[in-house]
Amino acid sequence: MSPLPRFILRRLLLTVVTLVGVAVIVFMITHMLPNNPAALRAGPLANAELIAQYERDMGLDKPILVQFADYAGLLLKGDLGESWRTGEPVREELAVRLPATFELALTAFIIALLLGLTLGILAAVYAGTWVDQAVRIFATLGASLALFWLALVGIHAFYFLLKVAPAPIGRLTISLSEPANVTGLFLIDSLLAGDWATFLDSLDHLWLPASTLAFIVSAPIIKMVRAAMLDALNSDYIRTALAIGVPARQAVVEDALRNAMIPVLTMLGIVFGYLMAGNVIVERVFAWPGIGNYAWNALVTNDFNSVQGFVLLIAVVYVSLNLLIDLAYGLIDPRIRLA
Amino acid sequence: MFKLNIARPEELQDYSRRQSAVNSRFRSRGLRQALRYPLFVLGVLIIAVYLLVAILGPQLTPYNPTETNPQSVFKPPSAEFRFGTDNFGRDVFTRVVHATRLDLMIALLVATSSFLIGSLIGGLVGFYGGWVDSVVMRIVDVMFAFPAFILAMAITSALGDTVQNVIVAIAAAYTPYFIRLTRGEMLKVRTQQYADAAISVGNPGWRVMLVHLLPNALTPSLVQMTLVAGWAILDAAGLAFLGLGITPPTAEWGVLVSEGAQRIITGEYWVWLFPGIAIVLAAFAFNLVGDGLRDINTREEQ
Repeated sequence: MSPLPRFILRRLLLTVVTLVGVAVIVFMITHMLPNNPAALRAGPLANAELIAQYERDMGLDKPILVQFADYAGLLLKGDLGESWRTGEPVREELAVRLPATFELALTAFIIALLLGLTLGILAAVYAGTWVDQAVRIFATLGASLALFWLALVGIHAFYFLLKVAPAPIGRLTISLSEPANVTGLFLIDSLLAGDWATFLDSLDHLWLPASTLAFIVSAPIIKMVRAAMLDALNSDYIRTALAIGVPARQAVVEDALRNAMIPVLTMLGIVFGYLMAGNVIVERVFAWPGIGNYAWNALVTNDFNSVQGFVLLIAVVYVSLNLLIDLAYGLIDPRIRLA
Repeated sequence: MFKLNIARPEELQDYSRRQSAVNSRFRSRGLRQALRYPLFVLGVLIIAVYLLVAILGPQLTPYNPTETNPQSVFKPPSAEFRFGTDNFGRDVFTRVVHATRLDLMIALLVATSSFLIGSLIGGLVGFYGGWVDSVVMRIVDVMFAFPAFILAMAITSALGDTVQNVIVAIAAAYTPYFIRLTRGEMLKVRTQQYADAAISVGNPGWRVMLVHLLPNALTPSLVQMTLVAGWAILDAAGLAFLGLGITPPTAEWGVLVSEGAQRIITGEYWVWLFPGIAIVLAAFAFNLVGDGLRDINTREEQ
């Protein structure tokens, strides 16, 4: 077999193995740790009979391997079970909330990417000067900021003091109705409906949580862009380009940046991890009706089916993203697929 | 054919004197080199201050961290209450100071336990290889399929809300980092000449691995350990903020911020602002030290 299909096949196989492992670990966390989910679900005042009944309902009285087989069988059909709190299928509940999270995370990602690229390039071009130092301190600070605290600082400054942000509750002012559902992203749906008031109101609710998340997420992007740009700028091809009279701006923007983007691509997976972890906290602080808030509600009420569904969803997206990145990387850089 | 060189005692003395002169020159050079990394030094100093606060703790403030006082509810910062008071009239400064010990302990325990367990596993599988290595690395891949905070969140909720469980959950989430790092280094040092030398003079395999190779494979993990200490503070506080793990009325920075967050609409900022600064500054210091160690290490290698 030629190297490229073999590389893709091997990578796909590895992904399947990882996904099976993900399912096993999530099952182990929720089923094999010392707590009894039935007792947790029944609450502290429940008697032994109620707990026993819940155990039968949830299949917890069966042998652990049978439980795993049941769970794996449902998973293969794409069934995440029912939420113990609401009785609704977890898959539907997550699907309904996904667009809210997607809109927030995507906006944050775009802001973080712009911030990260600008500051990272600046730091690399002016390496060793005060600009570089300032950007590095900014990035280190970004990596050290507690997201929940930064969100509170933002709300205090922009809502309480400056009054330029709305109260941190949800995606829209309560008096407005949601735009007709096309993509689930309020910014796009309201535009499609030609409803400017709703568009501006949802933008008003979105910018602060998205910027807060972006601030944290930009830190690893800045560091990576700076390092990749430094490597590119110190390379022979840039020296050659400058020597034959290519203007410095063109050499930086066209040649160096394009080559620096390749290593930056690989860390988008890490950035996604940051976004999702941060998302739970930001959605909680801003009462954002996405999957992060859903996961939080499930966690504090010991609704393990929902927690399981959320963690699985994140892991599957994370693994698929890394697969796509690896494949893209293999296509761009032939050295990878031959290794 | 061989000429035996037996040193006379006075020569040996001379040698040891020369050696100690070399050592002291190295020491002062080390200090001067460290000063070339001002941010690293700043990080070390901040951590030193935190350690001091953790040790002195109760001596720094006249108040009790859990004693409520209905007469002084939500007092803004003043000379009497440096960081103000909360909804029960408790002194916020006192609670921040008392929390230092707990938060630093979590950071250090998470960092050292994930380092020790992860490096040992990574070193073992890197040295011996084989199918155990393949299995362990697949498990590590799977663990990396979860963002660390999400994994810590799930484990904490399954284990139950205690300080000990929070430490276990966060340490478990970061152990794969150390396994991967140390294994990679072990693969490199295993091919070095001194590894062959150690084996050829008859050392058993475990001894070569533990005594001769592992110490040389730990440098990246030691840098990582400093960073993990900072992340552990952020994660533990983040979990506490979400109401998972450490819960009120324990004085912990994340718990304090979460108690203050209930007043975000009405503007009593001091209840959440100061504990948050304590978190951020601590994480910042660990990040500075970690980044500094990495810079120093890469420059040494060049």
